[in-house]
Amino acid sequence: MSTPVFTYTKGMIRTETNFCPGCTHGIAHRLITETLVEMGEIGNAIGVAPIGCSVQAHKFMNVDMCEAAHGRAPAVASGIRRVHPDKIVYTYQGDGDLASIGTAEIVHAAARGEKFSTFFINNCIYGMTGGQMAPTTLIGQRSTTSQDGRTKAQAGNPIRVSELISTLDGAVYVERVALDTPAHIRAAKKAVRRAFEIQKAGLGFTFVEFLSTCPTNWGVTPPDAMKWLAENMIPYYPLGVKREPEEVQA
Amino acid sequence: MANGNDKVLLKGNEAFAEAAIRGGLRFYFGYPITPQSEIPEFMSRELPKRGGVFLQAESELGAINMAYGAGAAGGAVFISSSSPGIALMQEGMSFLCSAEVPLVALNVSRGGPGIGGIQPGQADYFQVTRGGGNGDYKIPVFAPASIQEAIDLIYESAELAAYWRNPIMIFVDGIIGQMMEPVTLPEQRPFTETSKIRDAKPWAITGYGDDDTKKNVVKSLRMQPDDLERHVEYLFEKYRRAEKELCRVETQDIEDADIVLVAFGTVARIAREAIEILATRGIKAGLVRPISLWPFPYDVFDKIGSRTKAVISAELSMGQMIEDVRIGVGKRLPVRLINRTGGMIPTSLDLADSAEKIYKEVN
Amino acid sequence: MATSKLFFAGSGGQGIILMGQMVTYAAMFEDKATTYYPSYGPEMRGGTANCTVIVSDKDVSSPLIYEADCVIAMNLPSLIKFESLVKPGGTLLINSSIVDQKATRTDITVLYVPTAEIAKEIGNPRGANMVMLGAAIRATNVVAQETIERVMREKAFTGKKAATIPLNITAFEAFK
Repeated sequence: MSTPVFTYTKGMIRTETNFCPGCTHGIAHRLITETLVEMGEIGNAIGVAPIGCSVQAHKFMNVDMCEAAHGRAPAVASGIRRVHPDKIVYTYQGDGDLASIGTAEIVHAAARGEKFSTFFINNCIYGMTGGQMAPTTLIGQRSTTSQDGRTKAQAGNPIRVSELISTLDGAVYVERVALDTPAHIRAAKKAVRRAFEIQKAGLGFTFVEFLSTCPTNWGVTPPDAMKWLAENMIPYYPLGVKREPEEVQA
Repeated sequence: MANGNDKVLLKGNEAFAEAAIRGGLRFYFGYPITPQSEIPEFMSRELPKRGGVFLQAESELGAINMAYGAGAAGGAVFISSSSPGIALMQEGMSFLCSAEVPLVALNVSRGGPGIGGIQPGQADYFQVTRGGGNGDYKIPVFAPASIQEAIDLIYESAELAAYWRNPIMIFVDGIIGQMMEPVTLPEQRPFTETSKIRDAKPWAITGYGDDDTKKNVVKSLRMQPDDLERHVEYLFEKYRRAEKELCRVETQDIEDADIVLVAFGTVARIAREAIEILATRGIKAGLVRPISLWPFPYDVFDKIGSRTKAVISAELSMGQMIEDVRIGVGKRLPVRLINRTGGMIPTSLDLADSAEKIYKEVN
Repeated sequence: MATSKLFFAGSGGQGIILMGQMVTYAAMFEDKATTYYPSYGPEMRGGTANCTVIVSDKDVSSPLIYEADCVIAMNLPSLIKFESLVKPGGTLLINSSIVDQKATRTDITVLYVPTAEIAKEIGNPRGANMVMLGAAIRATNVVAQETIERVMREKAFTGKKAATIPLNITAFEAFK
């Protein structure tokens, strides 16, 4: 009798995603939904995906979901959470969305200790609109709105969102993970599980930042994108748990 | 003998909030802004006691999006703000209309443009009837002229919003928000229990449970033009039906008047007194009081008799409703404007004097 | 009575809102139509307060007035600003304890009410506004005194304040 080495997760709808080759959105999608299935929560979950490449998530995640306007997902999730205090609620947001137009919403949701989880896809660029500079774009990185590379003088330094969120008491679990290697992906899945478990325990706001790729807008091949992430992003955006108070650890 | 015991004396803003709660609107999201801050204050005090939920948002953008989330999740939601705050909410209003999420929204309006002032105004007429948000959509707007009428309309709108799956806007000026009048309150409609939401609103995102064929999506993005066109056509079928079913107007003596005044909200009440003053001067004036601003009661102007010399739109703006009055009147009669703006309000005497002057000009 | 329009004006802390609301409650208890409209916003932060009370046997149309049957001026700025609001034949009540000017109009009834002195005399120094309210109600007959007493019991002075009702009734009746 043979054991399958791969099975589809019921957490994902059996369809092709329309993400670009080498994009890690698909991996993040799967980690989140597979974890919900493993926890027996997939039918109890409600997701929010705002504008950006993330907005299509409802076509792929087998979860009750709604779209949100650019940046507003944490406010939308706060509303959903008030109606369904016993469900698992999460937002799935990109960096253009969360770190730029949606800073007020994410900061206040974290400050209130909203009992939902935010999965933050950081690929240092605006994807859907065609590679413009994001608040997370690295110094020197070229984008369609920083064509000679981002400079500190013109745009300031990139925002380290996990570190920012971890200054807020309402955020009880903040971790940055990466999706470039199998080991990092396994660690990422653990972080997703941890976030959902803490949410389920009603302890507060949980936040996982995924360092992700965007080979199309970076202008590199998929394998090079993984390398670029490791060589450029991880040094500026160090991985690890940024905040998890003792009472939450226990 | 009656002795006022069946009535309570309430300030407009508190009455609106009470009506929303009694209407079954269990969730409120708000942000302070004059002249409606009594509403979030009242809600923060009352809703939690009565099994509801109050949340102070970080901004009006936050508030409307919390309302969208709660509404998409099947909650019955009320929000309130005043003119500049309503302006910030327009992105959300457009979104809710497209995604067909119910909501009852209240605008206690003030003077503009910009920050403007905090005294009463009606210069949000375009904002609320034309939609400040992007795209093709409509929001039914009711403009009560008394606290009692506001209570009744908010109460009714709780059901209308759920039925039409669209926001319903209640548009009052700051006067109605700040004044007090004796009112009769309706019975408390029970709040929908969370466990019953999916049955009441099968489209809501609640988590589908064991059967993933019941997965729901609440959305507004449609990348394919033919798909978006179909969706907008579908919405407008609904709006055309609403135009017939939600149009409301009150008239007084318009079949046989020398002039006809058109006014809504507090201005309609001032106009009623002005009409009494005009009668003492031998001028018979009629009144059209639109209660729904969208749909606007265009057809009512056909009832104006042959004696009438002019139709006058009286407004607390530079003349916004007058554009709808012109559509309703057509080329049949001259349409003139009497207005104050910026928070200034004409007295009944001012209104009567201006109307008399217009009457003499056109007669 | 068809419609009576009262206008209370003074500074914050003089009980302007309380007087206006008490008349409004009394009108409601008498099953009359009534509307109360206060000034609001920064105007109030500046320390001045005013409110309009309309009592009628039919629905109140305009909540705003261009003339009043009765103006109650609790301080000098209110007298200067609102004397002209009294309609010919109407009544102007002036809090003469702090207003040392006389009214200029001759086509109206003017009553000078030394509210503070009267309140002190009857042993209720905090009852100046009730002294004025009594004077205004008797001058206009807009509602009955018994109804005002009911308002005191049921709305204005409940709980710990109930003990002050007899004193407030005395104040209400004090200006003859």
